[in-house]
Amino acid sequence: MARQFSLDVTAEPEVANSLVKMMSFFFGLMLLVGVGVGLAGFVIGHDHIFNNTREVPWGLLISTYAFFAITSTGLCLLAAISHVFGGNKLAPLANRMVWISLITILSGFIVIGMEIESPWRMAIYNVISPNVTSNIWWMGTLYGMALGFILLEFWLILTEHYTLALVLGIFGALAEVAANTCLGGVFATLAARPFWYGAQMPVLFLACAFLSGAAAAIFFTHLAYIIRRRPMEPAVFAGVQAAGKVLLLMIILVAVGIFWRMASFYVGGVSDGRIAADAFFKGPMSISFWGIEVGIGLVAPVLLLILTRMKSLVAMSTAALMSLVGMFVARLNMVTGGQFVPQYLGYDNLPTYLDYTPSGWEWIVVLAGIGFTGVAFLQGERFFGKRFTENEAH
Amino acid sequence: MNIKELEKLTNEGVDHLPLLERRTFLRAGLAITGLFMGGTILSLTSIRNAEAVTGPLPKKTNYPYKPHYTMVMRQNLCVDCELCMEACVRTNNVPSYGWRTKILERTRDIGPKEQETIFMPILCNQCNEPPCVRVCPTVATYKDKTTGIVVMDYKKCIGCKTCMAACPYNARYFNEEIRAVDKCNFCLDTRLTKGKKDPACVEACPADVRVFGDLNDPESEVYKLVHQPETTVWVLRPETGALPNVFYMNVVLDV
Ligand code: SF4
Ligand code: SF4
Repeated sequence: MARQFSLDVTAEPEVANSLVKMMSFFFGLMLLVGVGVGLAGFVIGHDHIFNNTREVPWGLLISTYAFFAITSTGLCLLAAISHVFGGNKLAPLANRMVWISLITILSGFIVIGMEIESPWRMAIYNVISPNVTSNIWWMGTLYGMALGFILLEFWLILTEHYTLALVLGIFGALAEVAANTCLGGVFATLAARPFWYGAQMPVLFLACAFLSGAAAAIFFTHLAYIIRRRPMEPAVFAGVQAAGKVLLLMIILVAVGIFWRMASFYVGGVSDGRIAADAFFKGPMSISFWGIEVGIGLVAPVLLLILTRMKSLVAMSTAALMSLVGMFVARLNMVTGGQFVPQYLGYDNLPTYLDYTPSGWEWIVVLAGIGFTGVAFLQGERFFGKRFTENEAH
Repeated sequence: MNIKELEKLTNEGVDHLPLLERRTFLRAGLAITGLFMGGTILSLTSIRNAEAVTGPLPKKTNYPYKPHYTMVMRQNLCVDCELCMEACVRTNNVPSYGWRTKILERTRDIGPKEQETIFMPILCNQCNEPPCVRVCPTVATYKDKTTGIVVMDYKKCIGCKTCMAACPYNARYFNEEIRAVDKCNFCLDTRLTKGKKDPACVEACPADVRVFGDLNDPESEVYKLVHQPETTVWVLRPETGALPNVFYMNVVLDV
């Protein structure tokens, strides 16, 4: 039953082979460099190293934050669902999902922490001067709460207080859903941006959460076995297959959502929405949209999953990685799509689409987020691996 | 005849006026409406009031502030001299990379080979339902309780830039020096609270494009302009529901 936490019980030192050490070093370096650039940005001024402008104030860092936050929500929800309704096939993946949910939300916070111009003011005024009509306030607060719940849940899992962990998991999941929907609401409630405005966005965000969560569960579980250089137990493989089914289902749901969202711009409404959609259908964003968001992110994974009948671990984890890449790019497409049609189009010889291409520095800050997830995943396997790989569901 | 005497007259109403007289009345628009604003010829405005033309113009009950500061742009008077912009920069310490007000330019075909150039001054619309204020997580931007002007409390701004994304009018920019978003506030801190009657841009405009005043005061020029009969008054991007307080109109130049 419940015990005190001891690394002896949870750690798997044999995981720390030379490959894992090297990769950890590599990811750690990404994290350090990225954070270094981000911190330097506060001194130099974001305007000098990031490509955001007055007209396009949000870019790659916001979209990356959204990507991590959405993935975290999905993982937390799937983990909670499998913990609550025990006896299902996902259960053997659940403890790892909790850990990845925790580290992805932290990655999101790292990235957005370096996007916001004065985060130290946030620490003060989010508390003493809250605005309850602000989606950003709710999102930040709820994701902060979720982080607290999941941290506690994970600690309880490590110390084998499973019943309490379950309760915390439910709280965490509720906070994550609420936060995720507020994140969708950040965009959905801005009438100034017809490409974002509309009731559909929050539901789409939640569907994307399940999609990304399932994909991350498959991918990281597979990785965990690769670094251990040992075959997956049948029960875990069945869990991965179950996640594969969730992934397939969610890709179809998200595709339907994207179809109607994009179609809606052509049947009326404010013309800025249609102009933005044009960029994705046939304009400067078409490669990003058709090639990556739709092609790599949705179509290819569906084909892979169906053609291999989810019998191949490599195929499933490739499909998962592809859909994660697709989700990442989809967030960037969505964030830029809402802003790049000039608000005063027709005046001042403004171009139909304002140029926003993320700067190299922005990409380096993104690498900090990826680096953190990478190093925390590997070290998680190293120090808590026994809790992830034990097969019996609780 | 002075106003006191006019007020004693009973209103005959306009419904019985012969067509020609009616038209003359309406042409005179501003003068007559102003003169009879005591309530005697108010029915004139019902013939074709500005609200019916543009929809989102606020009704009288929608002027919740006192003074309800407003700017009317008599757009076609603008000659793009940009003295307003210079005055704004001087008065409000606007850095070179930013702006609080600006003149936009556009050409429009007015014949097969003919074009006209339109200059449109823009600035923060001090919206009645400001999206920027709703989205700000820390109440760093809010509506001034007295005047309805949307102001910044710089020290609370975390620089999340949500307000910039939310503003339908591109009225906000990030000011690096103060690490906060900055925007037009009708010179509330730099002029209005220091006893001046109007913002710097209004004072600087040589063409009288910008008219500033209290929309709650029927005697004010802005009130008269906005309620002037037979005149189309419009606002920018009404579909966003921000209920802007900057109104645009063209003046008839040949009378
Ligand atoms: S114009 Fe923009 S900045 Fe000004 S009040 Fe309206 S939404 Fe806010
Ligand atoms: S950038 Fe500043 S003023 Fe704008 S929403 Fe964020 S905290 Fe508020």
